[in-house]
Amino acid sequence: MTADDMATPAPPLVDVDGLSVRFGKQLVLRDLSFRIERGETVAIIGESGCGKTVMLKCLIGLVQPAAGSVRFDGADLTALNDRELTRQRIRFGFVFQNAALFDSLTVGQNIAFPLAEHTNHSLKRIRELVLSSLADVGLPDAVAGKKPAELSGGMRKRVGLARALVMDPELLLYDEPTTGLDPIMSDVINELMMRTRMRHGVTSVIVTHDMLTARKVADRVIMLYPVQRLRENERQIIFDGPPSQLDRADDRRVRQFVRGEAGERLMELREMGSGAVSWTRES
Amino acid sequence: MPATIEAIRSSGSWDRFRAWIAQWFREWGEFVIDGLVAVGDFTFFVARTWMWLLVRFPRRSVLLPNFYQVGVRSLPVIALTGTFIGMVLSVQSYFQFKQLGLETRLGAVINMSLVRELGPVLAATMLAGRVGSAMAAELGTMRVTEQIDALASMGANPVFHLVVPRFLASVFLIPALTVMADFMGVVGGYFYSVIILGIDFHHYRYNSEQFVGVFDLLMGLFKSLFFGGTISLVSCYRGFHCAPGAEGVGRAATAAFVYSFVIILILDLVLNILSDAVYYALWPEGAKLF
Repeated sequence: MTADDMATPAPPLVDVDGLSVRFGKQLVLRDLSFRIERGETVAIIGESGCGKTVMLKCLIGLVQPAAGSVRFDGADLTALNDRELTRQRIRFGFVFQNAALFDSLTVGQNIAFPLAEHTNHSLKRIRELVLSSLADVGLPDAVAGKKPAELSGGMRKRVGLARALVMDPELLLYDEPTTGLDPIMSDVINELMMRTRMRHGVTSVIVTHDMLTARKVADRVIMLYPVQRLRENERQIIFDGPPSQLDRADDRRVRQFVRGEAGERLMELREMGSGAVSWTRES
Repeated sequence: MPATIEAIRSSGSWDRFRAWIAQWFREWGEFVIDGLVAVGDFTFFVARTWMWLLVRFPRRSVLLPNFYQVGVRSLPVIALTGTFIGMVLSVQSYFQFKQLGLETRLGAVINMSLVRELGPVLAATMLAGRVGSAMAAELGTMRVTEQIDALASMGANPVFHLVVPRFLASVFLIPALTVMADFMGVVGGYFYSVIILGIDFHHYRYNSEQFVGVFDLLMGLFKSLFFGGTISLVSCYRGFHCAPGAEGVGRAATAAFVYSFVIILILDLVLNILSDAVYYALWPEGAKLF
């Protein structure tokens, strides 16, 4: 490394600073700050409703924050106008939880959509790129002519990944890529995410509940905790480190989540149970 | 008086009254602010649709399916409605006019009502029911299943891709559907009046020609443009702001129809008042006829 390199280190690809998101009166994200370096694969974990997906959507400008900034390669996405934001979004790939494929189009047309929208490629070239993208996720050419409704859940997710990859993005965002899949298909998707990273050298952010995915695919894990359960002045990120440290985390809440132990949450269940019993007795 | 107020205060009623007033203001305040936010949001939505209309024109392959859905698929139901409304007008008016010996005037009454009012308003109502609800349900489902987010995430503007083609299809095709409703209404009215009730065709036609002019037909078609625009914008807006789940989609579809229908009625009144003002400004002698 030269002296010049040391003086001006490359800026992080994503720089989130003081991010807060509010829906009506409910605060979902509170003063969130973290950075994602180029080439990193970061898993965001946390229980349902802690704001993981909302945070992911903030990274691509789909949700407007109440406060804070999201910088992508130096550009503040929260301050861009529609046209500039569109230009930045071409550099992203987003794999949605249920794939979010357009029902009215075939699989091939779904994958071709961003190419037709943003490039001047000929139909022949677009067809080649679509088929190569399908091959990347291990699907045969014949799938291109099918409608999304004809595919299984795992195939839909793979088509979603193929669509996200077709524009050769710099940052891939995955929203619960293995949720709702059987263990074998989950492993196929995990493997695909790893191969995608190796083949395309892409930076990835994976929102997941699946600890297997977090351990296998990610270099770094960030755990969010629901704002309502946080103490005042407590940070919403309760863990930020390599997956190997998850079991040895100082915070009991992290260890419980990783091991899948409900802990004190069982008390809520008991309270609910006793309430239900007294209600049944009264009625 | 002060003694009375003191008595109310000491009894605790004063605090309850104050709390009630505060609650009343809070609830109405929230209601008014939510209403203003919704109106502002809708205005912004309409402005963005217009902006995209001026910036870029949608591809033929996107437009044609929308034109087919709004135009071709709506023709049968609009033709049927028009025919029956023409016949019903004849049934309803015949006995009243016969008692006065004016049954040959039926042609004027039926055709004037159809061309100026019932044709455009019924075509718009049927379109709001058939196409508007479908637009809200389709876009609502796309919102719930994150397809609208997917569009945006691929650098495509959802308003340009989803709203602009539906708006163009509605505005371009509603005049054609209105002409169809008018025509079938005229045919239905003729069929019941002349063929079934046996009114003399010569006088039926003569009276129609005397009272129904090109201005009336054009005014009906002009109004329909506003109705078509309203239906598509309101329905797409409801779809875009759909609440999660099946219930949310159902509500969006119902709200799309109800809001469209109410706005159509209000617009109809306003446009009629304006059209009368224009008519009498252009032909002042028209005002002296009655």
